[in-house]
Amino acid sequence: MTVRPEPSPLARTTTTFVGIAILCLIFADVAISTVDPWQEFNRMLLGLVTPDFYATDSVTQAIAYTLAFALLGVALANVMGLFLALLFFSRIVRTGCAVIRAVHELFWALIFLQMFGLSPLTGVLAIAIPYSGIIAKVYAEILEEANPAPLKTIPAGTSRASAFIFVRMPDVWAHFRSYSMYRLECGIRSSAVLGFIGLPTLGFHLETAFKEGQYSEVSALLILFYLVIATMRIWMKRPLMPIYLIGAAAILPWGVAFSFSNIVRFLTEDIVPHPLRSGAGMEAFWDWLHMMVIDQAVPGTIATVQLTMIALVATGFLTIVLFPLISPLLLGKASRFCGHVFLVVARSTPEYILAFVLLQLWGPSMLPAIVALTLHNGAIIGHLVGRYTETVSLRQDAATGFNRYFYEVLPRVYRPMLALLFYRWEVIMRETAILGILGIATLGFYVDSAFADLRFDRAMLLIGITALLNIGVDAISRSVRTRLRLQTSLEQQ
Amino acid sequence: MSLLELREETVGYSGTTVLRELELNIEQGERIALVGESGAGKSTLLNLIHTRLGETAALVPQELGLVQALSVFHNVYMGRLHQRSIWRNLRNLLKPAKIDVDLVMPVLERLRLEDKLFTSVGELSGGQQQRTAVGRALFHPGDILIADEPVSAVDEHQAREILDAITAEKPTVILAMHDRELAIKFADRLIGIRDGKIALDEAASGMAPKDLDDLYRNGDR
Repeated sequence: MTVRPEPSPLARTTTTFVGIAILCLIFADVAISTVDPWQEFNRMLLGLVTPDFYATDSVTQAIAYTLAFALLGVALANVMGLFLALLFFSRIVRTGCAVIRAVHELFWALIFLQMFGLSPLTGVLAIAIPYSGIIAKVYAEILEEANPAPLKTIPAGTSRASAFIFVRMPDVWAHFRSYSMYRLECGIRSSAVLGFIGLPTLGFHLETAFKEGQYSEVSALLILFYLVIATMRIWMKRPLMPIYLIGAAAILPWGVAFSFSNIVRFLTEDIVPHPLRSGAGMEAFWDWLHMMVIDQAVPGTIATVQLTMIALVATGFLTIVLFPLISPLLLGKASRFCGHVFLVVARSTPEYILAFVLLQLWGPSMLPAIVALTLHNGAIIGHLVGRYTETVSLRQDAATGFNRYFYEVLPRVYRPMLALLFYRWEVIMRETAILGILGIATLGFYVDSAFADLRFDRAMLLIGITALLNIGVDAISRSVRTRLRLQTSLEQQ
Repeated sequence: MSLLELREETVGYSGTTVLRELELNIEQGERIALVGESGAGKSTLLNLIHTRLGETAALVPQELGLVQALSVFHNVYMGRLHQRSIWRNLRNLLKPAKIDVDLVMPVLERLRLEDKLFTSVGELSGGQQQRTAVGRALFHPGDILIADEPVSAVDEHQAREILDAITAEKPTVILAMHDRELAIKFADRLIGIRDGKIALDEAASGMAPKDLDDLYRNGDR
């Protein structure tokens, strides 16, 4: 009898993706181009251990603004998201949500910057709009998964609103609350990063301090940032929410004026393709489109996909290395504590900031982006997988050490890990496009250049292409997950 | 030759006492069946015995402890993980070596699982999973086998086959069983547990299932 092991679909998918990533890596530029990266690294380390909390005069203000944008943006997104979730049966709403969440908050900020200038509206809407799309989808999923039985037991003739408030809401409320906490954490990270394009949040001071080599100041800003996120569950109490929201609205400088004619011009003239605006005719428009696609969209898309695939597979590898750090099946209490600290820092640091730091160290290439995306996302998924192992119990005589890791633990977590990884694929791609703003030649690079040249028609076209790419990856990821029967509960912490 | 002597005032986990006034000697080569109501403390006693005996004893826990994502071969091979180098284990995890497949095969043939060699455990029926867990224990190099209800999910005919395989391979066997008739047939010593105490400890020969009735009666409650 000849029995040969058939490669499982899981193994085949893994091999395919690893193969694609290796192919992408062969053609990627991952050189370190700075003359002496170690010297600069040593200076950074020295700054890191000697934080200077008095260097930035407006540090308190930066933290306050960062929180204010995040609170108002996420609160607004929760209201709009819940409303949209109730309308999620409509195809138009579903498509609309897919489009607004496919555009990264930094791109939204770049757009609103043209319309509202540095008014707080720019920051609040840049967070609120894409987050509404994400929250709508998640809340709709939560509502769909809620137990349908109680709805059948209420008296006939009960109005839909009463039924919703009495039967649906109590069931899903806890899920909504924990998810909106997670979103707020994401919102604080996003808000900090918005500083890199000029809003008065932490990122603005971080960038300035970095460019001037004031690493002690960088260290102080980062420490405060981690503290704010780490203590979030302590200060974020529901009864205090109105105070926070009113406070947030009060401190933001609403006085910054913006002109309506500006907004109208942007929406009706600036973003219309140049040949059409100047009346050069359809032929000129096709030439323009052809030029944009060949010179910018195609190379930008290739680099974005290439970087995404490398980062996705590298994230998978890092995850299987990182999750044991916090798994009670594999490590003792003391080691796990250190593991937790490392994972919290790695996942609280936005990939944008990580990439920015590494770019200063290593010079422009794909390497800083790959490492930043891998570290941040590997820490997030590693944390979730590590927490998952807390629910796994092994038999009393299970193997120990590496044998335990490879035979008992890894096979059990592999499927949920792949589910989380594929779920995160779209997030990684959205972030990859954005890292172009830092000078890596992904789509964001061309978008940023177009904004810098005040060619808003080009910027909007490229943002549209980026959104389509994200929607496409989301669809592929969903089909892979369905084919491999990979299920994951929501993207929650 | 004595294998294990247990003298314990109380046994339990985190504050709750499960077994009391425990006094038990186990000899090498004995075939022991633990009988008694569910919740009487059989599993606790088995776990205690396994902890004391350590690496020399193979264990089939009640919840089996199989890795669903791995094949029958891998799960059975895991009985000897601790004897092999990590490199050989890694190699077998990725692509089973013929030499190790040939070692596992006779165990599977005894348990009628040979056609499931490379099937994922997650795709097996409850009875097949139970046989896989027994296979892992048989593949374990130790001379002692400890099993908690190892034949609860298979029919009587298969139960006999599995018990025959176990007794043929392992000199010392300690099982918890709820089927009294099967326990008397299989074992040469019966230990009955009731309300956390050893209520009966006798040779199995000549006993009838109704002699064990007392263990299952809620007399003083």
